[in-house]
Amino acid sequence: MNIHEYQAKELLQRFGVATPSGKAVSSAEEAEQAARELGTDDLVVKAQIHAGGRGKGTFANGFQGGVHLAKSAAAARDLAAKMLGQTLVTHQTGPVGRVVNKVLIAKSAEIRREIYFAILLDRATAAPLIVASTEGGVEIETVAEKSPEKIIREPIDPLAGLQPFQARKLAKQLGFESAQIKSVSQLFEGLYRTFIGLDCSMVEVNPLVVTPGGEVLALDAKFNFDDNALYRHPEIAAMRDTQEEDPREVEASKSGLNYIGLEGDIACLVNGAGLAMATMDIIKFYGGSPANFLDVGGGATEEQVTQAFKLLVSDAHVRAILVNIFGGIMQCDVIAQGIINAAKTVHLSVPLIVRLEGTNVAAGKKLIAESGLAVIAADDLGDAAQKVVKAAERK
Amino acid sequence: MSVLVGKNTRLVVQGITGTAGGFHTRQCMEYGTNVVAGVTPGKGGQLFDKKVPVFDTVSEARAETGCNVSVIFVPAAGAADGILEAMDAGMELVICITEGIPVMDMMRVKAWMRGRTSRLIGPNCPGIITPGECKIGIMPGYIHKPGKVGVISRSGTLTYEAVWQLTSRGHGQSTCIGIGGDPINGMSHLDAVKLFNDDPETEAMILIGEIGGSAEEEAAEWIQQNCRKPVAAFIAGGTAPPGRRMGHAGAIVSGGKGTAAGKIEALKAAGIAVADTPATMADTLIQRMKERR
Repeated sequence: MNIHEYQAKELLQRFGVATPSGKAVSSAEEAEQAARELGTDDLVVKAQIHAGGRGKGTFANGFQGGVHLAKSAAAARDLAAKMLGQTLVTHQTGPVGRVVNKVLIAKSAEIRREIYFAILLDRATAAPLIVASTEGGVEIETVAEKSPEKIIREPIDPLAGLQPFQARKLAKQLGFESAQIKSVSQLFEGLYRTFIGLDCSMVEVNPLVVTPGGEVLALDAKFNFDDNALYRHPEIAAMRDTQEEDPREVEASKSGLNYIGLEGDIACLVNGAGLAMATMDIIKFYGGSPANFLDVGGGATEEQVTQAFKLLVSDAHVRAILVNIFGGIMQCDVIAQGIINAAKTVHLSVPLIVRLEGTNVAAGKKLIAESGLAVIAADDLGDAAQKVVKAAERK
Repeated sequence: MSVLVGKNTRLVVQGITGTAGGFHTRQCMEYGTNVVAGVTPGKGGQLFDKKVPVFDTVSEARAETGCNVSVIFVPAAGAADGILEAMDAGMELVICITEGIPVMDMMRVKAWMRGRTSRLIGPNCPGIITPGECKIGIMPGYIHKPGKVGVISRSGTLTYEAVWQLTSRGHGQSTCIGIGGDPINGMSHLDAVKLFNDDPETEAMILIGEIGGSAEEEAAEWIQQNCRKPVAAFIAGGTAPPGRRMGHAGAIVSGGKGTAAGKIEALKAAGIAVADTPATMADTLIQRMKERR
C-alpha cells in the first residue's frame, strides 16, 4: 500500500524524525490560512498524488509543475487554486494523470546539501538493509549507474536491529561533522523504528537535507507497507486513498478478490496467482493482450466468483473472457455455478471461453452444458488461450 | 523413492481443529498419509474425527506420538510462531501452508533458524507430495502418479498444471514440492534441486519459477555445474507490469531485477529447457529426456 507525502511526514514526526512544518489542505482558502499559520514568507506548495515526478509534471489545464515556491500566503493561495481539482500528468502517472485533491503547504527549507537514505527488506539476505548516499535529490538508480562507489550499504541483523554504532558510522560516512553525529544517528534510529514498527517493506527519504544552520530535515519520504501486516496497523490501513487507485481494483478488493487492471482486451478469471500470471503470459504468447490479472484464490465462494465475473463484464475494453480453473481446494462446480449466476444478471455480449480441470470437473462441465449459456469449452490451457485470442480478434 | 516425505513420515497437524486444517487433514488421511497427532492450544485431550489425538503443544505431541514432520494451517497472525514451536519441538521438516504472513515475521523466523537442522517448506505453499505414499498439503491427490520426475514450484495451481500434464502423458512424479510464493521462505529452488539430484529414483525435474528475486538464477547456476539430470523450466509473469504485486507478495519486479526475461536467459544459459508457455511444461521435459537418451 502507498500513502501521500503529507501522511508520510506525519508518520516520521511521530517517530522523532524532523520534517519542515506544514499542512495538507483541500481548498484555496485553507491554503492561505495554513500559510499564515506557518508564519513565514518562504513557502512551498506541493500537489499530493501517489506518483513521482510531480515537479516536472504538467496539469491538464496547461499549468506547469506540481511543486512551486511561494513568497506570500496570497501566492500560496493562487498556486493551490491552480492545482486543486486539476489533473496532473507526470512520467509516472501515464497519460491519464491523477486528480489533485490535496496540496501540502509547507515551510521551504534552505538547502546546503542533499542526502539519500533508505531502509528496505532485502529478500536475498532476509534482513533489513540500509542504503544511503551523499548524492541525494536524484533517483538512486541514477547514482547506482553513474557513481556506484557513492552508494553505502549497511546490513542490519534482523534480531538485534540497528545498533547505535552503525548509525554513527553511517553519519560519518555521509559526511556529518562531529558535533552533528549524535543527533543524526538518533534520526537514523528513528527511521529504523518507523520501518520496523509499521511493518514497512521500504522507507525512502530523498532528500534528507542539511540546512545552512546545520538542521537535518526529511524533505520528502516514500513508504511501502507490507499488505500482509496491515491487520495490525489499522491507522495505516485508514490512510488508504482509493481515489488514487484503479476503480476496478477498488471494487475487486471489496469482494476480497485479487485484481490488477491492465491495458488489453482479454479478461481472465483464474484460481491461484501463479496460474493467473501464466494465463496472462500464454494469452500474450498467442498474440492477445490481457485486460487484467484476477486470482479468485483457493477458497472462493460462489458469491465471490459471481462478483468477479460481473467485474470483468463491466470493463468496456473487454472483447472476450477466459475462465481458467485448476480445481484443487477450489471445486469446479462452485466456479461453474458462480459463472451461471453472474450470466443470469448481466448481459453477456462477448465470447466466453471456459477451461475447467481438477476437483469436481465433471459436475462443473455438466452444470455449464445444461445452463444454456453460449460457452466455448476448451480442453487444455493451450487450446483455451488460442480460442480466446481468436474470439477477441473476431469480435 | 522420494525426497523428504514418504512411508516413514509421522505427521502432526498444527491447527487441526480449524475449518481448513480439518478439511485438508481428512483429505491427507484418505490419501494414506500417517497423521499421528494434531495441535490446537486450548483443545488438548480431544480426539479429531475420533481418531487423532489433539495436544496443546507440539512438544507434547512429539513426546506422546513420535511425530517427525509438521504441517501448519494456523491463521497468518500466529503462523510464524507455529513454525518456531514446531522447530523447537524437534520436527525435521515443517510445512507451512498459511498465506499472508507478515514479511517481518518471516524475517525473524529465518534468522532464528540459522544453525538449526530443521527444514521449512513455505509459507504460502500447496505443500509436498510423494505420490502413492504421502500427501501433506492442499493439492488434489488424484492428479498425481508415482514415478520419476521431481517437480519444484513457487505456485500452487501452476504446479497442478505441470503435474496433470505429466500424468496425462504417462509420466509419474517422485515428489512434488511447492516452495511457496512469499519473498522470504524456507527451502529454495536450489535446496530442492540438490535433494532431487541426490535421489537415485528421480530421473528428471521440472522447475517452475516466477518473477521477483533471484532464486531461479541461483538454481540454474548450480544445475549447470553439478546436475546431469534433464531439467525443464517455466517462468510465470513475463507480462506482469513492473512494481505491482501479482498475488504472491514475492512476485514484484523492481528496478529491472527479477524479470522473467532475465530468468529465462539464465536458465537457458545453464542448459535448461525452458517451456514457451505453461501449456507445454511436460512436453518440454519429455522432449529433453528423449534428447538425453
